[in-house]
Amino acid sequence: MSQAAAEALLARFPSDVTRAPVGPGGDDVVFVKKERIADACRFLKEDPALRFNMAPYVTAVDYLGQEPRFEVVYNLYSSSLNHRLRLRVKVPESDLAVPSVCGVWRGADWFERYCYDMYGITFPGHPDPRRLFMYEEFVGHPLRKDYPLRGRQPLTPEREVADLFRGPGPESRD
Amino acid sequence: MSTHSLGPSESTPPLGQQALDAPIDSQEMVVNLGPSHPATHGTCRLVVNLDGENIRKMKVDIGFLHRGFEKSCESVTWGQVFPYTDRLNYVSSIMNNVGFALAVEKLCALQVPDRAQYLRVVSSEMHRICDHLTMVGAMGLELGAMTAFLYAVEARDLMWDRLTEICGARLTSNYVRVGGVARDLPDGWVEKTLATLDRTAELRDTIDALLTRNRIFMDRTRGVAVVSRADACEWGYTGPCLRASGEPYDVRKAAPYLVYDRLEFDVPVGTRGDNFDRYLMRMEEMKQSDRMVRQCFQRMEPGDIAVRDFRYVLPPKPQVYGTIEGVMAHFKLVMEGIQVPAGEAYGYTEAANGELGFYLVSDGSGRPYKIGLRAPGWPMVASMPVVLKDALLADLVPTFDTFNMIGGEVEQ
Repeated sequence: MSQAAAEALLARFPSDVTRAPVGPGGDDVVFVKKERIADACRFLKEDPALRFNMAPYVTAVDYLGQEPRFEVVYNLYSSSLNHRLRLRVKVPESDLAVPSVCGVWRGADWFERYCYDMYGITFPGHPDPRRLFMYEEFVGHPLRKDYPLRGRQPLTPEREVADLFRGPGPESRD
Repeated sequence: MSTHSLGPSESTPPLGQQALDAPIDSQEMVVNLGPSHPATHGTCRLVVNLDGENIRKMKVDIGFLHRGFEKSCESVTWGQVFPYTDRLNYVSSIMNNVGFALAVEKLCALQVPDRAQYLRVVSSEMHRICDHLTMVGAMGLELGAMTAFLYAVEARDLMWDRLTEICGARLTSNYVRVGGVARDLPDGWVEKTLATLDRTAELRDTIDALLTRNRIFMDRTRGVAVVSRADACEWGYTGPCLRASGEPYDVRKAAPYLVYDRLEFDVPVGTRGDNFDRYLMRMEEMKQSDRMVRQCFQRMEPGDIAVRDFRYVLPPKPQVYGTIEGVMAHFKLVMEGIQVPAGEAYGYTEAANGELGFYLVSDGSGRPYKIGLRAPGWPMVASMPVVLKDALLADLVPTFDTFNMIGGEVEQ
């Protein structure tokens, strides 16, 4: 865990980064403003003193009833300096777009697709913004807290797949 | 009606070298592999665009085995999550149990007794051997060497026999608990396991002799699906696949948990990052795991296998039936679950395929508010379309194997 990385990020983005209380086990956590997350990540990856070279584990949480409702969490790791940092980004329900960090680490690709699939958070700038686990016609985002535990999805009609490689779905999809 | 002759006709001149080397006008062909193709180890759909035998484009379509792991966990108590974690990487389930238990203990700031830590390491490392044996055996199978697979499965079942004796199941072990482990070792288990380890080592060496210096095996795996060190980090590889590319990151060394800092073991690191290196990593790690288990047996001392705190661990049965405190503790744990302090934490361990992370959010109640699973195989599978661009179709399946995608954890 790296206190220094959190300090450096605070110094570089004083108005966009706020410190979160140190978590259990001494995890260093900071809150980053949604609009600057890609810039903050680029800085953390490219600064020679921080070098967060490994693609992070990105996930999301739905704090239903709180404002802002969602949170996207980036668990960063530097294998060259062996330190970690966690970035938390608050996402209000009214504006679910979070800048994609796929341009910083290619490995963020599927994690962001997962966040879209499960929570409906969108990532402008993502190269392939599709659902990850669910099928295209699936209604809703299952890990949201208000997604019902019982119920059925509407049946989807079987359809001709003109292009096997692209698969079903509207022409404009990818 | 005309007759066709099968041989070259008298009038056509034999083809010159230039004509033989000329490119043939060919069309790209789309081939759909899976989702229930035997080579896809689980249910993963790969759509490949082929130009002759070469893969030009590829799409990975996952989710056929999606069971809603995270959603299910949100509606059960913390203790009831363990059986679900068994089904993530079903080849090495105890490692998932350990990963989850450590993440919860991080939130609870709980230190488990020494013996429980040793038992967790012993069972995890035995499961690591099982996992690597499966991968190595299946890799031989996919390159046409059936024998190696049979040896691997024999060795793996011997290990599973021993693990069955401590937890009662071959695959879904459910052995670890928050605060310790479920059972102590049965009598004579250590001696039996040492014999099993010897036999497993023998079988492993047989596989080694069959594959490692096998000309066909080397030709098929060396230089195939090369991932550079920078790319491996960029994609977020962990575990043997990352180390095969030359990045010496192992959670057991970088952030030692349990008793790994007291054990002596080496972390093998590759140089080329191809399929052959990824195979070699597994072979060497099996030897290291064997070493660790033996060291644990020497250092383990009798003692508690779980904390004596009934806020976390079920009290022993005589106490439940004999005292009011015992009944109350039992009732509260079963009905309400462990009261994990509110907060969030990311716990990570080195599972067989890499960093297994659990991002936990607790609201202070007996049920998890959120469990985020970072499956080790995820980044590797995500990178396949890029790694295998322009590779041969025949190399796809062995590469899929060295990445060791386990549907249970990747598709949750």
